Amino acid sequence: MKNTDTMKHVRGESLFIDDFTLPEGTLHAVIFDSPVANGKIKLLDIENAKAGKGIIDILTFKDIPGQNQIGNIIQDETLLAEKELHYIGEPIAIIIAESVDAGEKAKHLIQIDIEELPAITDVRDAFEKGSLITDPVTFSMGNVEKNWDLYDVVVEGQVDIGGQEHLYLETQGAIAIPAEGNEVKIISSTQGPTVVQRAAAKVLGLPMHKIEVDVLRLGGAFGGKEDQATPWAVMSALACLKLNRPVKLLLDRSDDLRMTGKRHPYSADYKIGLSKEGKIAAYEATFYQNAGAVADLSTAILERTLFHATNSYFIPNIKVTGISCKTNLPPNTAFRGFGGPQGMFVIESAIFKASEKLKIPATEIQKMNLIKDGDQFYYGQNAENSNAIKCFNMAIEKYNFDKLKENVVRFNKQNKLFKKGIALMPVCFGISFTSSFLNQAGALVHVYTDGSISVSTAAIEMGQGVNQKIKTVVAKTFSVDISRIKIETTNTTRIANTSATAASTGADLNGNAAIIASKNILERLQKFAAKELGKEYPNLIEIKNETVFYDGNETTLKWEELIWKVYFNRICLSSQAYYATPDIYFNRSKNKGHPFAYHVYGTAVVISKVDILRGIYEIESVKVIHDFGKSIDTKVDLGQAEGGIVQGIGWLTVEELVQNSEGKLLSNSLSTYKIPDIYSAPKNIEIHFLEDSTNNYGPLKSKAIGEPPFMYGIGAYFSIISAMKNFKPGLDIKITAPITPERVLMNLYEPIKTTAPTKQTH
Amino acid sequence: MVDSISFILNNEQVSTHVYPSTTLLNFIRKDKKLTGTKLVCREGDCGACTVLAGELVNDKVIYKTVTSCIYPMGKAAGKHIVTIEGLNKQELTVPQHEFVEEGATQCGFCTPGFIISLTWYLITHKNYSVDDAINGLGGNICRCTGYASIIRAVEKTVNKLKDPVCTQGVQVKNLIELNILPQYFSSIHAGLKSLNMKTAYSSKSNGENILVGGGTDLYVQKYRTVTSYRINLIDSKSLNYIKVEKKDIILGASVTFEQFKQSEILKKYLPRLENQMNLIASLPIRNSATIAGNIVNASPIADLTIILLALDATLVLTDSSNERIIKLKNFYKGYKLLDKLENEFIKEVRFPVPSSNFNFNFEKVSKRMYLDIASVNTAIFLDVENGNVASAKISAGGVAPIPLFLEKTSKYLQDKALSIETLGSALEIAQSEISPISDVRGSAEYKRLLLNQLIKAHFISLFPQEINIGELV
Repeated sequence: MKNTDTMKHVRGESLFIDDFTLPEGTLHAVIFDSPVANGKIKLLDIENAKAGKGIIDILTFKDIPGQNQIGNIIQDETLLAEKELHYIGEPIAIIIAESVDAGEKAKHLIQIDIEELPAITDVRDAFEKGSLITDPVTFSMGNVEKNWDLYDVVVEGQVDIGGQEHLYLETQGAIAIPAEGNEVKIISSTQGPTVVQRAAAKVLGLPMHKIEVDVLRLGGAFGGKEDQATPWAVMSALACLKLNRPVKLLLDRSDDLRMTGKRHPYSADYKIGLSKEGKIAAYEATFYQNAGAVADLSTAILERTLFHATNSYFIPNIKVTGISCKTNLPPNTAFRGFGGPQGMFVIESAIFKASEKLKIPATEIQKMNLIKDGDQFYYGQNAENSNAIKCFNMAIEKYNFDKLKENVVRFNKQNKLFKKGIALMPVCFGISFTSSFLNQAGALVHVYTDGSISVSTAAIEMGQGVNQKIKTVVAKTFSVDISRIKIETTNTTRIANTSATAASTGADLNGNAAIIASKNILERLQKFAAKELGKEYPNLIEIKNETVFYDGNETTLKWEELIWKVYFNRICLSSQAYYATPDIYFNRSKNKGHPFAYHVYGTAVVISKVDILRGIYEIESVKVIHDFGKSIDTKVDLGQAEGGIVQGIGWLTVEELVQNSEGKLLSNSLSTYKIPDIYSAPKNIEIHFLEDSTNNYGPLKSKAIGEPPFMYGIGAYFSIISAMKNFKPGLDIKITAPITPERVLMNLYEPIKTTAPTKQTH
Repeated sequence: MVDSISFILNNEQVSTHVYPSTTLLNFIRKDKKLTGTKLVCREGDCGACTVLAGELVNDKVIYKTVTSCIYPMGKAAGKHIVTIEGLNKQELTVPQHEFVEEGATQCGFCTPGFIISLTWYLITHKNYSVDDAINGLGGNICRCTGYASIIRAVEKTVNKLKDPVCTQGVQVKNLIELNILPQYFSSIHAGLKSLNMKTAYSSKSNGENILVGGGTDLYVQKYRTVTSYRINLIDSKSLNYIKVEKKDIILGASVTFEQFKQSEILKKYLPRLENQMNLIASLPIRNSATIAGNIVNASPIADLTIILLALDATLVLTDSSNERIIKLKNFYKGYKLLDKLENEFIKEVRFPVPSSNFNFNFEKVSKRMYLDIASVNTAIFLDVENGNVASAKISAGGVAPIPLFLEKTSKYLQDKALSIETLGSALEIAQSEISPISDVRGSAEYKRLLLNQLIKAHFISLFPQEINIGELV
C-alpha cells in the first residue's frame, strides 16, 4: 500500500522546521554555549554583544520568569547555565538577532571569564570519584552470591561500548509564535510535544493551556528528540514571549553535534558460569553508564539495560546492577533500543568468551539457553508466546546455517588475505514503556460531511511510518478507501497529555486509540443505518468497501450518503478516545512485575569479511527471521527492520565518538563521524516474517517494530571478531566497541617498534 | 555593485547580484524559497543538498551533480541548475514513483538528493546498469532506510527504463517521453545558448580576493569567512585541459577530480587509476574539486596530491606575468606552508608519461571505505626491469605535517631486486621518514602500522607472482 506521506518526500514538498514560511518579523536565535567541560562562570558580559549589528536582545537565566529547570525524570537540568558549567556545549545565553549571521557574529562579542576545573569524561573514572546520577539499581533472581565453584567453567571480563550520534538529518529546532494574552504556539521538531509543553510552562511560569505545541513531522529522531528537543523549543518560546515576536531556533549541524547528547557509552564487568555442555547457570554483571552531565532519561535507559541483560536467554541465577555515572559530557539520552542494546552486547560478549574457553561454538551456547514458555524473566514476568526458539530454529533452517558455516570455513581455507566470520544474533525485546504510566494515548477522529476523515493522535511521524499505520487501521475499521483519511499534525490542544512517540510503542498505543475512536463513530453509524434501512439489529450492519451491508446482504446505502444523512439527523461524527495498555505494572521496591505487554523476538545470521592486510571489513550478509506479529504494513515494517539493522551495525563498526581528555568532541562533523553509506551497508539483507505470529496487544494483531531490529547489528561485531580469530586462532580480543578498522589492525598485529618520539596532539 | 550572475534555475532565468561567494544552497532556499533541497552537514558529506548543474559543452548540455551547500554562486553562472522542484511534473517521474513504491523514503530529508542523483544517472548514461546507478548515489547518505529499499527502487527504475533508453537514446525528447524529465527541459539548450551570449559572471584577477577552485575544502573549513569575502574562481575554461606534450602529461589547474578520473589519456597510461579514484571523495565532490585546489590546500592526507607525488609531478606557478616551475615534492615547507608567493597561483601540473614497464598503485584506508578522509594513504610508482627496480617513487599521507614524498624509501628501492628482503628494508626506512600524530583519524601507532601494511599491499597487488603473501601476513 502506498505511503502517501512519501509522495511528498520524493517531490521535496514535505515541510520541516527550516522549510516553513515564517511569519512577518520572525527573529533568529543563536546559542552561546560553554567552551569548557567543567568550570565556574566568574564574569559574563553581554553588553558589547547586545550592541552588535542586528542584535535584538540576549537572554540569560536572569530573564527566565518561571523556573530555570527542564529536567524530566530528575530535576537537575537548567535551561541556561547560572554559575556552574558542566559540559562543552551547555547553553549559557540566547542571542536574538535579525539573522542567524548577525547572531553568529555577536557570539564572539560576549565576554566570559571562567574558572576551569578538571573534567571527568571516562565512566570508570567518574565511578571511582563517586560522581553518580543516583543510587545503583540491582535486578536479581536465584542465587549468584555462592556456587561459582560449582560450575564447570566461569569466565569474567570487561566490556567497553562506545556511544552513538543520532545523526537525524534534520537538526534540532523550533519556531515560537506569540499568541494574544501572553500565550505561545511552538512548532517543534520533538518526539514529545507534552514534554515540551510542560517544560515551557514551568520555565515561563504559565499554565500548560497557554502553550500549544504542534508537530508536523521530524526529519529523523531515533530517540534524540524525545527529551532533547525540549531546550530549543523552550528557548524559542522564552524569547518569543519576552520580545513578543516570532522566534526561530534551528541548530547548526556543528552546534547540534556539540551540544546534544548521544547513545550512552557503557563499561561493564561480567561473570558467567556454565556447565561444560554450555548451559548457563549464573550470570552477574555491573553496568557503568556514562550519563553525561545531567540525568536526562539516563535512569530509565539504565533500567532497560537491566531488563535486557540476558537478551533471549533464560538464566536461573542472575544479578545485574546498573550504575549511572555523571561525567562532563553533554547529557546522553534515548537512542533506538534505549539501553537494551548495551545490555545485550555484554551477555553476547560473555557467551563469546565462554565459547572460547569451553571450545564450543557460541551458537551452541546461544541455542541451548533460549527462553521458552514456562520460564520466568528475572524481573518477574512469565515468558508467554515466546518465539525465541522458533525464530532461532527457523533462521538455521531457512538460511541453511550449516551450509553457510561450511562456506565460511572453505573460504578461509582458500584465502590468505581475507577471512570470513559468521555469527548468530537472537533478540528478545520487551514492548511497553517501562514507566507504566506512560503507556496511554489519545485519539480524536472526525468524519466530515463529505465522508473524508481527519485523525489526530499523540503519535509523531519521524519517518517510521506511524501515520501510514494509523491511516491503515482507521481505513480498515471503517472499511473505507485509505485516501479518505488524513492524519493531522500532533498538537497538544487536540490531544492532551501525550506520551512521547518512543519505546517502539507509537503505532501500538495510538493505533489502538484511533481504532477505539473510529469504532465509537462506527457504532453510531450502524445504529443509524439500521434505523434508516428499517432493520432491527444494528450489530448486523456492516460497512464493506464503503457500502452498507445488513446481515451479509448488500444495501444501496453508500458511505458518502450515509455520512450526510447521519449529519442531517444530528448525530455526532466525532469521537475522542483513550487507550491504556492493560496488564502492565512494575514494583520498583522489589524490581519485579509485569512491565511489558509482550516481547518481540527474532534471530539474525551475520557474515563478515575482513581484509587481513588492511584491517578493513565488509558485512556481507544479514539474514533475519523476525517476529512482526501480523504486520499492518509489510513495506513499512521491512523498512524499519532494514534501517534498524544498518544503524545497529554502524554503532558497533565505524561510528566512533572521539573526545579529548578535556571533554571536547573531536568527531564533530560528518567528515569525522561516519555513518554507513550505500556501499558499507550489507550487500545482502534478507528478512523473513515469522509465520503464524499474533499479538493481542497490537492494533490488528501487529507487533511493535522500531527498536528490536537494531540489535541484530550486534551480530556484525561478533562476526568480525570471529573472522579475526579465523586468521589468528589464539587471539584473545579485548571486547571494545566499535570495532573500527584501527581496532581490527591493532588487534591483529604488533605495533611497529620505533625510536622516533610519538607526539600526541588533539 | 557586484557583477551580475545569470543562470537558469529550473524553468526560470535568473539574474542576481548576490556575492559570488554565497553558496548556491543559500540562494535556492532563502532567496528562491525552494525548500526541497536540504541543508544537513554543510560540508558536502551527505548529499542532501545535491542539485544538477548543466552546462553547454560542444553545443550539448552536460549535467553533473554538485553539492550546493559548498558550491559558490559564481560557479552557477551560465549553467542550468536543477533542484528537486525542477524535476517535478504533475505525476511522479519514474524514479520518484519507484521510491514511493519500494518505501525507499522514510523521514524524507535525504530523499530529494537521492532523486536528483538517480535522475542524473538516468539522463547521462545510455546503457544502464544497477551497479553504476548505485555508484551515482555514493555521495548520498540516508540515516533511516539502511539503503536496502533504495537499492530496490534503483533496480526497479533501471529495469523499467533500461531497454527503452538503450534503444531510443538519451536525447532530452526521449527522457521527457519516458517520464524521467519534465517538458521544459526541451528548451534548456536554447536557453543556455542565449544566456552565454550575454556576460554571465566572470572572474577578474584581483590579489585581494580569495582564489577558489572547487571550494570543496575551503567552504568546509572557513564557511563564514569565505562567504563574507569576494572571491575569484579559478578559470574553469582556459585552465581546463588534459593533454600530452612531448614526454609530459599536462593538467590545467581547474581540471576536476572527475575529469581526471574519466580522462581517456589517463585511462590509457594509468589504467588502474579510474577504479582507485572511487576511493576519493564522492561523485558530486569530484565534480567540483580541482587538482590545483587539492595541491594548494596542502592537507597532509590529500588523496590526489599523494598520487601526483608518486607520479613525480611538477607545478607551473604564475603570478599572471612570470612563470616558475617547482617539483610538487618541494612545494610543501611545513604544515599548510607552501613555497608560493601571495600573488602566485598554480597554472598547471605536469608529470612524465609513464614508461612501458611502470607499475602504479594507490592505497587508502579510512574508517568508511568511500567518501571518507584517509587515516593513511599512499601511492607507489615503480619501474621494474627483469625483477629489478629501475626507479621508485613512493608517497604517503596522514603520516607527517605535509603530503609526504618518501625520499629515502624511494631512493633505497632503486636498483634493488624485487624481494621480501628488499621490501622488509624499505618498510623500515619508511618508518624512519614519518612522524604521524594521534588525532580523530587514528592513533600515531595505528598510522605507523597502517602505512606498513599499505606498503605491503602495494607489493602484493603489483607483484603477486614475486611476493609471497604467506610471508607477509
